[in-house]
Parts: sequence; structure tokens; C-alpha cells
Amino acid sequence: MNLLSEAFAWLTDPEQWTGPNALQHLLFQQLYFTAIAVGIAAVIAVPLGWAIGHTGKGREVAVAFAGAARAVPSFGLLVLLVLLFGVLHKPEAAVVTFVILAIPPLLAGAYSGFEAIDRRTVDAARAVGMTEAQVLWRVEVPLGLPLLVGGLRSAVLQVVATVTIAAYVNLGGLGLPIITGLSLRRYEVVLGGAVLVAVLALVLDALLALAQRAAVPHGVLAAQGHAPRRRTES
Amino acid sequence: MDWVSDNLDLIGSLTLDHLRQSVIAIVAGFLLSLPLGWVAWRYRLLRGWVITVTGLLYTIPSLALLMILPVVAGYPATSETNLVIALTIYAVAIMVRAVTDGLDSVDPAVRRAATAVGYGDARRFWAVDLPLAGPVILAGLRVTAVSTISLATVGILVGVTNLGYLFTNGLQRRIIPEVLAGIVAVALIALLVDLLLMLAGRSLMPWARSKTPARRRASAGAAA
Repeated sequence: MNLLSEAFAWLTDPEQWTGPNALQHLLFQQLYFTAIAVGIAAVIAVPLGWAIGHTGKGREVAVAFAGAARAVPSFGLLVLLVLLFGVLHKPEAAVVTFVILAIPPLLAGAYSGFEAIDRRTVDAARAVGMTEAQVLWRVEVPLGLPLLVGGLRSAVLQVVATVTIAAYVNLGGLGLPIITGLSLRRYEVVLGGAVLVAVLALVLDALLALAQRAAVPHGVLAAQGHAPRRRTES
Repeated sequence: MDWVSDNLDLIGSLTLDHLRQSVIAIVAGFLLSLPLGWVAWRYRLLRGWVITVTGLLYTIPSLALLMILPVVAGYPATSETNLVIALTIYAVAIMVRAVTDGLDSVDPAVRRAATAVGYGDARRFWAVDLPLAGPVILAGLRVTAVSTISLATVGILVGVTNLGYLFTNGLQRRIIPEVLAGIVAVALIALLVDLLLMLAGRSLMPWARSKTPARRRASAGAAA
């Protein structure tokens, strides 16, 4: 495909890596939006998800909320919030949009991590005299960590792909070459931008896959033979 | 809200366009995922490949896919076919995983029992494996349906008209009710389709209701 080599030529042209819209700036913007949004979403969703998982209450509400949030088109929400917040507060509008996108997977990761724990383990922890706080911090949180990191992984993947549309409301990011290339009908630019986003998403996904593996507590690995088979995200 | 009452016809026709584009993609994605998911489940060697490749498709931003597909396949970017094919690709990316997980969730003892009472491979697949995998596959299908309907709005950025038109037009003309109407319409048809799928699942798979709810985990949603 000719287009592919043109896109590669565009990507490797030093001109793309200098100036105010240099690719490394756009890459940084993309990561910056992703990190802020996922960070805020985690602060909201993780304690909430742990509370749901620990008490077993509110799960239905969380599932309903996640379903409703998935039905809301991010692109429409971004446009709505940009209009509501005003032109001066576009970045805030974008961050709120991405936070809403990132909450459901993080919430699900947090409570399903607790739910996947064998009830006997939790009961045994209480039986040996652990307080509720100890059960939470020394049993449930470490054992639930792999699924929580799995939730983090899908949140990051969704947000980093969706930040691309921020360029439509002039917020930069790697969507910029895609949107401008689109209006100029320069498809090699569109393809170059697309490849960068895809590569970025893949790298983040691979890193989080490693983190997910590292999040499995040593005790679980040692007892793997006895542990109930748990389906983990690949 | 005057804008909404003055433009009910427009909203109605855009909703129909939107539904048509999404439903074709959801159905096509589902039909393609069944054999792909089965192959990934049946042949361990292919499994990593199929799951990785479909997972890779998922990371391509929709905006990029919508521009690249027409260049590669040679149809106009503004055609509905373009959007439907892109949405089908994302649907496959989610569904293949769900089909493989679903077939995994079937108790091997049940499968062996079916073989023991004389079911051949093909008959066992349709009569035992697929129905028992049904609840997990349905959970994946519901996620796919909702994210496809909400993702379809991005089509307007390449000129495919659907409810996304209310977003771009509303932004240009600064009409907040127009954008809000678009969001509400998209969310409503997504939740409606989700509800229909859930009801269909209940009537087709009555055994699914006694299963533990913990199985259904919110899997990945849409990448825009």
C-alpha cells in the first residue's frame, strides 16, 4: 500500500517533530488528558467500588449506572459540555467527558475484584480476629488487585482512544493530524496520526498487562494449585 | 426546548437512519464472531492470534478507521457502508472475546456427557455448547449493541448522517437543546435495544436466570 509508506514518510519527517504542533507535544497532550481523566475517575470509582464489594450493597445501582454511562455517546457529551461550560473551559469539559467514560470500567474492576475472592478466605480472616479494616486492607484489597488493574487497563484503553475526538473542539492531542488531514484530504496524515494513537494504545495496554500480572499477590501464586480457577483478562 | 418540538421530524428520521446503521453492524458483528470465536476456542494455537488481532482492531481510533477504510477498500467515506463496516469491525472486536469466554464457561463434564449419549460434534455444538454459552455471549452482545449505537455518532465527522448530526450542527449553531436531544435519543435507543436483548435472552434462555450474577462483568466498552 502506497499510502502506508507515505504515512511513514510523514511520520519520520523531522518537520513533524518541531514547532508548536510537533508530534511529541500532541502525544504529551494525549497522555496528559488520559492520565488526568483516569486519575480523577480512579479517585471516585475505586473507593466506591471497594465499598460495594466489601458490603455487597449497591451492586445493582453500579451495574445500572455503568450501562447508562455506556449508552451516552462521548462525542455528544463532549460537545454538550463545551457548549455548557463555554469556550474558555473546553479542557475542563473534555476532562469531565473522559472521567465519565473511565468510571464504569474502574468501578466494575474494583467491586468484581472483591466478589471474585473466595468467601471462605474472608470468613477465615474474620475468624482469626482481623478487624473489618484489616480484612479490607490486608485481604480484600490485595486479592482484588489483579481485577482492579484489569479495570484500569480497559479504562485507559477507552480514554486514550477517545481523547482523539478532543481535536474536534480544538484541544489538540493526536486527533489533530487526523482531523486536519481529514479536512485537507491528506490521508497519509490521517493514517500517520491513526498509527500513532494505535501504537500508543498498544504500548499502554502491554504495560498494564504486565502490571496486572505483577499485581497478583505472592501468596496466591504459591497456592495456585488450590486456588479456584479464575478467569483473568489476557 | 422549542427546538426539539420544532424538529421532531428531523430527530425521527435521524433516529431511523441511526438504528438502521447500528442494527446492521450489530447483527453482522454477531454473525461473524460466532465462527471466529469458535475457531479461537477450539484451536488453542489460533486462539492467541485471533484474540490479539481482534484486540488490536479495537485500539484503532474510530475516526481513523472511518477515513482509512474507504481509501483501502475504494468506496466513498461518506457512504453508509463505510460506517457500517467500521462499526462491524468494532463489534467483532468485542464479540469474539465474548464467544470464546462463553464457550469456555461450559462445564467440560456436560460436554463429555453429551458426547457420551451420542451427540456428534456439530449437533453437540448447536444443542449443548452454544445454548450453555448463551448467557455469556448475550452479555457480550448487550455491551456490543450499546457501544455500537453510541459510537455510530462519530460517523457524522466523515459525513455519514445519523443522530451525530445533531452534535456537529448543534455545536456550530450553539443550540444546546439540539445537542441534548441527540444525546437523549442515542441513549434511549441504546437502552431500548439493550432491554429487548435482555428480554429475548430471558425467553430464549430460561436457564440463565438461576446463574450467579457475578459472571457478568462489564467488559470493555467503545473506543471512539
